[in-house]
Amino acid sequence: MTDALIKIENLYQLFGPTPKKYMGLVHEGKSKDEILAETGHTLGLKDINLSINKGEIFVIMGLSGSGKSTLIRHFNRLIDPTEGVIKVEGTDVMKLPPKELEQFRRHKMSMVFQRFGLLPHKSVLDNVAYGLQIQGVKKAEALDSAKKWLETVGLAGYEEQYPSQLSGGQQQRVGLARALCTDAEILLMDEAFSALDPLIRSEMQDQLIELQKTLHKTIIFITHDLDEALRLGDRIAILKDGEIVQQGEPEEILLNPATEYVEAFVRDVNRARALTVETVMKDPAYRITAETIKEALEQMRGFKQDYGYVINNDGYQGIVKEDTLQEAYDDDSKADLTNELIEQVDALEQDAVLESVIPTTLEAEFALPVVDTDGNMTGRLSRGTLSDVLGVRH
Amino acid sequence: MADSNWLTEFPQLDRGELRDIRKALDSGYREFSREYGELIESFFDPLLTFLVWFEKLLLATPWSIVIIAVAGLAYWASRSWKLGLGVVISFLLIGYFGMWDNTMRTMSIILVCTFLAIALGVPIGIAMARSDRTQAIVTPALDIMQTMPAFVYLIPVVMLLGIGKIPGVIAVIIYAIPPVIRLTNLGIRLVDKDVLEAATAYGANPLQRLLGIQLPLAMPTIMAGINQTIMMALSMVVIASMIGVKGLGQPVLKSITNQYFTLGLFNGLAIVALAITFDRVSQAYAKRAQRHMGGLNND
Ligand SMILES: Nc1ncnc2c1ncn2[C@@H]1O[C@H](COP(=O)(O)OP(=O)(O)OP(=O)(O)O)[C@@H](O)[C@H]1O
Ligand SMILES: [Mg+2]
Repeated sequence: MTDALIKIENLYQLFGPTPKKYMGLVHEGKSKDEILAETGHTLGLKDINLSINKGEIFVIMGLSGSGKSTLIRHFNRLIDPTEGVIKVEGTDVMKLPPKELEQFRRHKMSMVFQRFGLLPHKSVLDNVAYGLQIQGVKKAEALDSAKKWLETVGLAGYEEQYPSQLSGGQQQRVGLARALCTDAEILLMDEAFSALDPLIRSEMQDQLIELQKTLHKTIIFITHDLDEALRLGDRIAILKDGEIVQQGEPEEILLNPATEYVEAFVRDVNRARALTVETVMKDPAYRITAETIKEALEQMRGFKQDYGYVINNDGYQGIVKEDTLQEAYDDDSKADLTNELIEQVDALEQDAVLESVIPTTLEAEFALPVVDTDGNMTGRLSRGTLSDVLGVRH
Repeated sequence: MADSNWLTEFPQLDRGELRDIRKALDSGYREFSREYGELIESFFDPLLTFLVWFEKLLLATPWSIVIIAVAGLAYWASRSWKLGLGVVISFLLIGYFGMWDNTMRTMSIILVCTFLAIALGVPIGIAMARSDRTQAIVTPALDIMQTMPAFVYLIPVVMLLGIGKIPGVIAVIIYAIPPVIRLTNLGIRLVDKDVLEAATAYGANPLQRLLGIQLPLAMPTIMAGINQTIMMALSMVVIASMIGVKGLGQPVLKSITNQYFTLGLFNGLAIVALAITFDRVSQAYAKRAQRHMGGLNND
C-alpha cells in the first residue's frame, strides 16, 4: 500500500449551478434522490477513497449512471471535483496550474474512450500519432512510433484510412494504439470495450492482457460487465449511486459480496470461468511423507479418510490407499513405500480456471491434489467443494 | 398634453420635442464627422489604395488571361471540367455583350469584400463560440445588421466618408458579414464533444484545440457561411452603386431611372453569372476538402 501511484481521498462531485452551497446536505448524509428533489443538484460521486498501485489493472464497475465516467474523468481532471484530493505520484493534481496540467496530461496519462473519440478529419496514422504531435515530437519520429503501435494492435496497412472507414472494433484498436503511443504510464479506459461485439471484445481483452505482460502500465479500467472485470482486474471497486460499496480482489468480491447490490451483480457471473483452482481449494492436508509402509500406515491412522497424497523431495508423487497399504504391510511389514503401491493420479494446476478442471474433478474418486508450477502440493479440490462453489448459493 | 385623455390618445412626444431630439442627434453626428471624418478617412487610405490597384489590375489584364485564370481556378477547386467550361462560356458572353469592364470592377470589389468579411467574421465567430456572453452581445447586433434596411446605415457612412469605394465596401460588409460570423460560431459549437474531450485528455492547449480540432471540424459549416456571405455581397452591388461604387450595379441603377429593361436584364444576368461561379467554386472546394468526413467517399 505504500507505493500507491494514484490516491483519491474524500472525493465529492455535486453537479449543478451552485454545488458548494449544498455540500452541507451531502455531508449530512442525505441521499442522491433527496438532494436532487430538494436542490435540483445531482450527486455524482460521494466520498470516494481509492488507492491504486503501480502496475496493476484496477477495475471500476457499476451499473449505468453509477458515476463511473464521472469518476474516471477526475483522474486527468477533465472534470474538477467539488471537494476532495487527487494525488498522482504524490503530486496534488488539483493544484496544477493550466500549463502544468497540460504537461501532466501529455506525459502521465492517456485515455481510451467508450465512443472512441477519434479525430474524423485525420488519417488513422495521424490519429495514433496525435498524442506525440501535441507534445511537439518531430513529425517523422511521431509517425514511426505510431506505425509501430498500429502494427502491435494488428492494423498494419490501415495507416492512410480515415476512422469512418473502419469497423467499430478496428476504431477501438486505433484508440488503444493512440493511448499506448504516448508511452504514458497510466492508462485510463472508460468502457473501452463495451461498444464491441462479444467476440471482438474478448479478443481485445486478450490483447490487453497480453500487452500488459510486457508493458506493466497502471490501468484504470471501467466496465459495467462483471465477467470483464473479473477477467482483467487485479482489484475491483464497485460503484453504486456514486458511492463505492466494495473494493477488493476479484475472488474476495465473488466469494464474499459485501452488500445485496454486489451480490445481485455477482449472481449471474460464470464462476467456473472467473475463479481459479487456487481460490477455492482446501488446504494441502493428508500428506504421506513416510518412506516405509509402516510409517505410512501410522500417518494415515490420523486421517479422516482412507487415502493420502504421497509427497517426497520432488513434490507430489501420487495417491496411496489405506487398504492397499494394509495388504502390502500384511505381506511384508518392513517393506519400503514403493512406486507400485502408489496410484498415478494427475494433480490439478493451481492457476487453472475451474471450468477446465470440472470433468476430471467430478470423475475422480478422490479429492484431487493441487500443485504449483514446481510440483509442490498446495491444496486439494474435491467434488463437494466444486459443487458448493458452482452450485446453489446461500 | 395635460388636458388630452391619454387613454384615447397615444401619449406621444409633441412635434417640437421630437424635432429637438432629431436636431441634437443630427448636429451631434455632423460635428463628429466634421471633427473626425478626415482622420477616419486617412485610416482607410491603405485599403482604398489597394482597392484601386486591384481594380486596375483586373482591368488591365487581357481578357483571355482572366478567363483562363478564373476557369483554371474553378477547375482546380472542383475538378469538374463542366464547371470550368461553364465559366468560360459565361465570361465570353459577358464580354461579347460589352459588360467586361463593369464585371471586372464588380469582381474586384466583391473579392476584396469577401476577403475582409472572412478576415473579420471568422475571428468574431470564434470569439462568440468561446464565450456565451460574447454570443449574447453579438447576436442582437447581427440581427440588426441583417434586418436594418441598407439605406439607413448608408446615411451615416456617407456623411462620414463621402461617396466612393470605401463607404461602398463598408456597406457591403455590414450587410454580408453576418452569415460567416453566425456559421463560424455554430460550426465550432457543434463540434463533437467527445472528440474535443479526447484532445483535451491528450493535453492539447486551447490553441491546439482550435486549430487542430475545432476549425477543421467546423470547416463545412464555415464554408457554407462564406458562401452565403459572397452571395449577399453580390446582391448588394446595386445598392452600393448608389454611393458611387462602379461596376455592374450602375447600369442597373440607370435602367431603373430610365426604364431600360434590356440593359437592366443583361447586367442583372451578369451579376447572376458571377454569383453562380463564386457559389459553385466555393461549394465544390468545400466538398472536396471534406470528402473523408462523410465516411463513404463520393468521388
Ligand atoms: N455534467 C453533468 N451534469 C449533471 N449531471 C451529470 C453530469 N454528468 C453526469 N451527471 C450525472 O452523474 C451520474 C453519473 O453519470 P456517469 O456518466 O458518470 O455514469 P456512468 O456510470 O458512466 O454510466 P454509463 O455506464 O451509462 O456510462 C448520472 O446520474 C448523471 O445524470
Ligand atoms: Mg459512462
